[in-house]
Amino acid sequence: MKMNWKTNKIYEWLDKRYELTPVIEFMSKKKVPVHKHMIWYYMGGVTLFLFIVQVLSGILLLLYYRPGADTAYESMRFILTKVNFGWLVRSIHSWSANLMIFFVFVHMFSTYFTRAYQKPREITWVSGFLLLLLALGFGFSGYLLPWNELAFFATKVGTDIVGAIPFIGKPLMLVLRGGDDVTGATLTRFYGFHVAVLPAIFTTFLVLHLLFVQRQGMSEPEHLKNLPDAKKKWMSFFPNFFLRDALLWLIVLNVLLFLAVFYPWDLGFKADPFAPAPAGIRPEWYFMFMFQTLKFLPAHILFLEGELVGILAFAIAGIIWMFVPFWEVRPQGTAKIHFMNIAGMAALIYIIIFTIVGYMV
Amino acid sequence: MKNFLSLSTFLILFYAMANTFFIAEILYADNTVPSLSEDHCLTCHREMGILPSGFNENDIHMQPGLSCSGCHGGNPASDDPEVAMSPKNGFAGVPTRAEIPQFCGKCHSSINFMRTYRPRIQTDQVEQYYTSVHGKKLRLKDQKVAECVSCHTSHAIFSVKDARSTVYPLNVPNTCKKCHSDPDYMKEYHIPTDQFARYATSVHGMDLLENKDTGAPACNDCHGNHGATPPGVESVSHVCGNCHVNNLNYFTASPMAEPFEQLDVHACEQCHGNHGVQKTSDEMVGVGESSVCIACHDAGDNGYHAAEQIHHQIKTFVNLYDSAQVRLKDVQQKGMDDVDILFLLQEANQDLIHSRTLVHTFDPSKVAAKAGEGIKKTNEAIVLERQEVKDYHTRRRGFGIATLFITVLAVALFFKIRDMEKLRKKG
Repeated sequence: MKMNWKTNKIYEWLDKRYELTPVIEFMSKKKVPVHKHMIWYYMGGVTLFLFIVQVLSGILLLLYYRPGADTAYESMRFILTKVNFGWLVRSIHSWSANLMIFFVFVHMFSTYFTRAYQKPREITWVSGFLLLLLALGFGFSGYLLPWNELAFFATKVGTDIVGAIPFIGKPLMLVLRGGDDVTGATLTRFYGFHVAVLPAIFTTFLVLHLLFVQRQGMSEPEHLKNLPDAKKKWMSFFPNFFLRDALLWLIVLNVLLFLAVFYPWDLGFKADPFAPAPAGIRPEWYFMFMFQTLKFLPAHILFLEGELVGILAFAIAGIIWMFVPFWEVRPQGTAKIHFMNIAGMAALIYIIIFTIVGYMV
Repeated sequence: MKNFLSLSTFLILFYAMANTFFIAEILYADNTVPSLSEDHCLTCHREMGILPSGFNENDIHMQPGLSCSGCHGGNPASDDPEVAMSPKNGFAGVPTRAEIPQFCGKCHSSINFMRTYRPRIQTDQVEQYYTSVHGKKLRLKDQKVAECVSCHTSHAIFSVKDARSTVYPLNVPNTCKKCHSDPDYMKEYHIPTDQFARYATSVHGMDLLENKDTGAPACNDCHGNHGATPPGVESVSHVCGNCHVNNLNYFTASPMAEPFEQLDVHACEQCHGNHGVQKTSDEMVGVGESSVCIACHDAGDNGYHAAEQIHHQIKTFVNLYDSAQVRLKDVQQKGMDDVDILFLLQEANQDLIHSRTLVHTFDPSKVAAKAGEGIKKTNEAIVLERQEVKDYHTRRRGFGIATLFITVLAVALFFKIRDMEKLRKKG
């Protein structure tokens, strides 16, 4: 590494104290396999970039946002109309949140279909899945914060669903709502979850997830593993892969700005707890497939309530999905159809179809 | 779970109903009026199928237990028709048309009796009735004029607040129409029969009959009900002024009030009409074809000139206000901030309404002063609207500059990566 005299001095000073050389050695030797599916390697990076955008735009919103039934909507209106670039920051925060969840899903399914979760990356997969749940938690809690009509009733429905869980549902719903109903108390605690509790937990898991990825490197797809070393192609993580990542981040930033400027996020009408629920209440798009499933289920399945059966089914499916690396079914002999691919495609198609149906019905 | 809840709800309701029934039984036991099930007038007439036509058991009188004998007299406790319908027992039979007001008035004109059931009810209906055209003609033995049951029915009387009532606000025009729109029935009275037809297409009629707005005036709101009579010259403006208060005040204080009175002209009706009163338009003022001013004023006189000025002021304001509304739509369509604009235009709209009301002063300076206030607010709104549209384009230009910067950076990065790849391949 070329450094001038002054930089060298500072580096030496730090190195003596923190032993940086082994870390830099490790990073400089880190390689990324080059192959036709390597585009999926960038999805995690894009998600990380969008998370950084979320943190920065979220901090800016915090400067003006005031939680509370009487102040939340008004402060949002103030941000959108009076604060310089407030409209842009809010719109970026909303679009970036949605894009982040989208890329989390893309990243998860690409990891699944390339079988990157296999040994030795089982814990990386589990930590990633937990990050997905936390991201959904961010989405759910953030949706209510503008205190608008749609978010208010969607939160009511969402927390009602939580209340249907046997044994722990009712107390959990009371904790989430801060009482029997969705009120200003719900708003302030959702605010607490959104800006303090979830970021703390999310950052911890994110650091772990990134450490795992850095320590173990990128996984090689099956066909590459079987090739002799001489035929494998590699590129350095620093700076080659990192700069490619940066290039994609710039493109995503541009798309994000385009969406924020040309399709600014709507604030809607202020929530009125005494008004009847408006038509077209729906959750954020990433909850739509679950919401639609619950709507389709009959009132009773055997001796259980339909809604309860749905919730239990999703909970079980989530647990099964989280532990995929530990129960994976490997193909026998020369079988061409891989069971894991069928299961993954079924889950993906189910999510897509039920999301589309949710918006059409 | 749901079944269990439904069952519990049913049991609770059943328990409550049983209790209510039990309490009601005790109350009736203490009352001297027999319960409806023990009322022999009702039971016999029902069994024999000779209940009066249009009889309704939900009639307002039946609710507190006043049955047939309440109006017709007799002894409902006896199952012997001779005893039950004996004049000795106060049986009055069916009243003649001329007797009906007094027949109903037995109770309805007695506050001592009526306060038992409705402490706040009026008891001057019969008194008022005899001051009406209907009442006066009835005294002159006219057998066709309306009396109580003509409007209220005989045996299906409901509260005026009940939508089933013939005198419920939405039903009043149709109740009056039954006689007043029948040319054959009204022939001998020599009055028009097109009131309902004209009313139905008027601003009032459309609001009441089409929009079901019970606040809109029906026949009785202008003519009265029990004391129904056509408003005279001296009272017609007061009738309209009941609702259109400012218009009346401005008019009576205007220099036009006196000549109108001298000419024996109905104040409001002269320009707006009566039953067929239409939604007003700015073209009613001025010197155009639709103007009502030129009916009396000729070119060159002061009134003509004032009408011209007032029309010009209002139109200037309206045109400006409409253009601000079009710009507002543009601002909203562009997704820009419209809060302050909306407030300003709301205030301007109030000024516009007030300016139009001030037309009844017939004073161009007063209209100009109020319209001027509104024009000022509208102009302020237009300045804000222009600013918002400008901001909208500034945002897009800003995005263009940012995109240019990001694209240059991305292209530079792309070439840097390509150079590095080349070096890697060579190496």
